[in-house]
Amino acid sequence: MSELSTFDQWTGAMTAHRAGAPSATPVLSNTVGRLLAEPAELNRYVSASQPQTATREIVAAHYIRKSYRKASMEIPVLQGVELAIHEGEFVSVIGPSGCGKSTLLHVLATLDAPDSGEIRFEGNRIDNLPAAGRDILRNRYFGMVFQFYHLLPELTTLENVLAPAMIGQSVLGYWRRRRQFRERACEMLELVNLGHRLKHKPSELSGGEMQRTAIARALVSRPRVLFADEPTGNLDKSSGEEIMAILRRLNREQKLTIVMVTHDPRVAEQADRSVTLVDGRVVAA
Amino acid sequence: MYKLLLCWRYLKTRYIALASIISVMLGVATLIAVNAVMKGFVHETQDRLHGFLSDLVLETASLEGIPDADHYMQRIQKVAGQYVAGMSPTVVVPAMLGYNDYNGRYITQQIMLIGVDEATYASVSDFGQFMQHPQNRKQLNFLLKEGGYDVYDHTLADSPKRKARKQMQYAGWAHRRRNAIFAKRIVAPEGSLEGNPFYRPGQASLADEIAGSQGTDFNPATEQHTGCVLGVSLCRLHTPTNEEIFRLLPGDDVEITYVTAGRPPKPLSAKFTVVDFYESKMGEYDSQFVFVPIRKLQELRGMVDPSTGIANFSRIQIRLKAGADLEMVRDLLRSQFPPGSCFIGSWLDRESPLLGMIRMETAILNVLLFLIIAVAGFGILAIFFMIVVEKTRDIGILKSLGASRRGIMSIFLGYGFSLGIVGASMGLGLGLLIVRYISEIADVLGRLTGQPIFDPTVYGLPEIPAIVQWPTIATIIVGALLIAVMASILPARRAARLHPVEALRYE
Repeated sequence: MSELSTFDQWTGAMTAHRAGAPSATPVLSNTVGRLLAEPAELNRYVSASQPQTATREIVAAHYIRKSYRKASMEIPVLQGVELAIHEGEFVSVIGPSGCGKSTLLHVLATLDAPDSGEIRFEGNRIDNLPAAGRDILRNRYFGMVFQFYHLLPELTTLENVLAPAMIGQSVLGYWRRRRQFRERACEMLELVNLGHRLKHKPSELSGGEMQRTAIARALVSRPRVLFADEPTGNLDKSSGEEIMAILRRLNREQKLTIVMVTHDPRVAEQADRSVTLVDGRVVAA
Repeated sequence: MYKLLLCWRYLKTRYIALASIISVMLGVATLIAVNAVMKGFVHETQDRLHGFLSDLVLETASLEGIPDADHYMQRIQKVAGQYVAGMSPTVVVPAMLGYNDYNGRYITQQIMLIGVDEATYASVSDFGQFMQHPQNRKQLNFLLKEGGYDVYDHTLADSPKRKARKQMQYAGWAHRRRNAIFAKRIVAPEGSLEGNPFYRPGQASLADEIAGSQGTDFNPATEQHTGCVLGVSLCRLHTPTNEEIFRLLPGDDVEITYVTAGRPPKPLSAKFTVVDFYESKMGEYDSQFVFVPIRKLQELRGMVDPSTGIANFSRIQIRLKAGADLEMVRDLLRSQFPPGSCFIGSWLDRESPLLGMIRMETAILNVLLFLIIAVAGFGILAIFFMIVVEKTRDIGILKSLGASRRGIMSIFLGYGFSLGIVGASMGLGLGLLIVRYISEIADVLGRLTGQPIFDPTVYGLPEIPAIVQWPTIATIIVGALLIAVMASILPARRAARLHPVEALRYE
C-alpha cells in the first residue's frame, strides 16, 4: 500500500497548502515533482496491482451543483447530487438525455469543476486540487472511456494505448522504460482481443475495435476507477455486448471499480448497482 | 514524449504546413544568398580600394608639395619602422590630357597626373598588377614594349564571358611604327614634278611644314617620349554590343597640360607616349589617373631645387606589414607629424563613405528580407490556428488523459519550432546551393529573360562574388526559428486554454 500512502500524503499536503498559501507555487511543483520522481510511484505502471479486499468508499460526490450559462440564462444541470462509489463496484448511472449524467461523470473525473459541493477520492477532496494535481489524478488514478472513443487519429493503436504513459512520464523516463510500457500496452490490447491490431490507425478500425482500444488505453496505467461515458452508445448491438462483457470481466476478475453512464436500461442492468439521475438529482433506485 | 511524437506526426501528416515551411525556406535561402553576394561585393570593393590605395598616406595640402621625401621617409622609418613594409613618394597634380583620336579629332580630358617612382611604387600598392603588359606586372617601367599587350583581361582568368580587346594585339612599337609611316613626309621621285603646273620649286610642302614643326631629329618610328600609363577608362568606349574600343593605344602620343609649382602656377604642356594602360576596375580611378615617372614630373613642374637637387613631393604612400594595426600606426604617425604641412590618413578613412554605403544597403536588405520570414511567420500563425481548431478534440482527449496546459502548449510550440527547423535547414541547403551556383543561375535567368543578369565587364569580375559567412548564417537561422516559435505562441496558448469538456464535445 505504499503508493496509497504516498498519494494520501501528497493530496493532503496539497489541500493543506492550497488552503494555507494559495500563491506559493514552488511548494506545489516540488510536491508534484517528488511524486513524479518517486520510484514506488512509477512502479504502478508495471507491478501487479494490490488486490482490493475492503469495500470502502473510493469516489464520493457530496451535494454537487453545476449549471451552464447560455447567453444570460443559467441552466442548472446538477442540483445537489449525492453519490458514493465503493471499491470494486460496477455502478451505472442512468437517466434520460440532458439529465446531467455526462456532466456528473466529468465532474467526478475532475475534467470539470462543480459550482459547489465536493468530490472525494479515497477520502481526500479532489475537486479543489490545482491543475497539476488533477492532471496526475486523471493520468494515473482514473481511466476514461468515451462514447465517441476519442482516439488520437495520428497515432497507431499501440501508440494510443501508450499515450497515458507518454503523458505521465518525462521523455527520458519514458525512453528508459519504454520496453516495460510497451509490454504493458500489448498486454492490455491482448486483454481486449486486439493483439493483432497494434500498427493500425484508428481510421482502419471498426467502432467496436476503437472502443476496445479506448478501454485498453484507460487501463494501461492501472487506474483505481474506470469512468465510462456511454461506452456502447455509438456501437451496434453485438459490439456493444462485447464491450459490456469486457467491462464485466474487468470488474469481476480485476476488481476494477467502474462508473458507467448510459441511457439504455438494458445496458445499465448489467451493472451491480444502478443510480437513476432525474433533473440533476439522484433518485432512489 | 507524446509531445515529440505528436509534433512528428503532425509534421508528417499536415501538408498545409508545408506552405509555411516553404516560405521560411525561401526567406532563409534569399537571406543567405543576398548576404553572401553583398559580402562578396564588399570584399571585392575593399580589395580593390585597398589594392589601389596603400595602407597609409602622408599627404600635403598644397599642389606645390613640400621638399625632401627622403627626409620624411627616414622619419617615418624611425617612428614606425617595425610596421612598415614599403614607402613610395608621389607627386599629384590636376592636368589636362589632349590627343587626336582615330577620327583626327582633338580630344581634351581632365585628369589627375601622378608621378610615381617605378622602382618602389609597386611595393606600396597593387598598382603593378593592374597593368596590361605582363612585363610591367613583374616590374613597372615607362618604356614602350614591342608588343604582347593583353588581349584578354588577365583578371578574368579564363571566364568564357570575357571579350577580346582586338585592338590591343596591335599595341606597342608596331603600332607606333605604323603611325610613323602615316606621318612620314612623302618625297616625290626625282624629276616627277617637272611639268606639274602647281609645283613651285623652293617652296616647302605641307608635309615638310608638319615634319618641320615636330623637330627634325626626333624619329617617332624608333623613339618615344617619356612614358605614361593611362587609366583604361580614359580612352575606352563601349559599343552597343558591349565590345571595347580604344581611342588610344600603347604607342600613341599624348599631350599633357599640367601646372607648374611656381607662384602663381602656370600651365605648361609636354608630350608623353602611352606605354600601357592600367585597370583597377574602380571606375573612379580608371577614368581619372595618369601615371608618369616622378622625377620627370618634378623636373617639368620645377619642383627640384637647382642648388641642392632636392625635390618636392605631394604624398608618401606607406604599406604596412601584414598584421600591423592600421589605426594604431596611423595614430602613432599622426602624433609625430602634427597637422600643418602634412596629414596622415588610412585607406579606410578615404573610402569610408563608399564602404559605409554598401554596409547600409546590406542592413536595409536584411531588414526587408527578414520581413519575408515574418510573412512566413504570419502564415504559420494562420495555419496553426486552423490546426488548433481542427485538433480541438484531440486536445480535449490529451487533457482527459492528464496532459498539462504546459504540455499542450509545448506540442504546438514544438511543432512551430520543428517547422522552423525544417524550413530553415531546407533554406540553408537551398541558400548554399544558390551561392555555389550563383553564376550559372544568373546565366540561365539571363538566357530566359534575354537580359544578362550579370555582366562581367560592368564590375570587372569573372563571376558574381559570394562569400558565405557562418556567423551570419547562424544569425539568420536563429532569427527564422525565433519567428517560427513566436508565431506559434498565440495558437499554442489558445490550445492550452481550451476547456477539456468543451474540447471533447467539439465536433
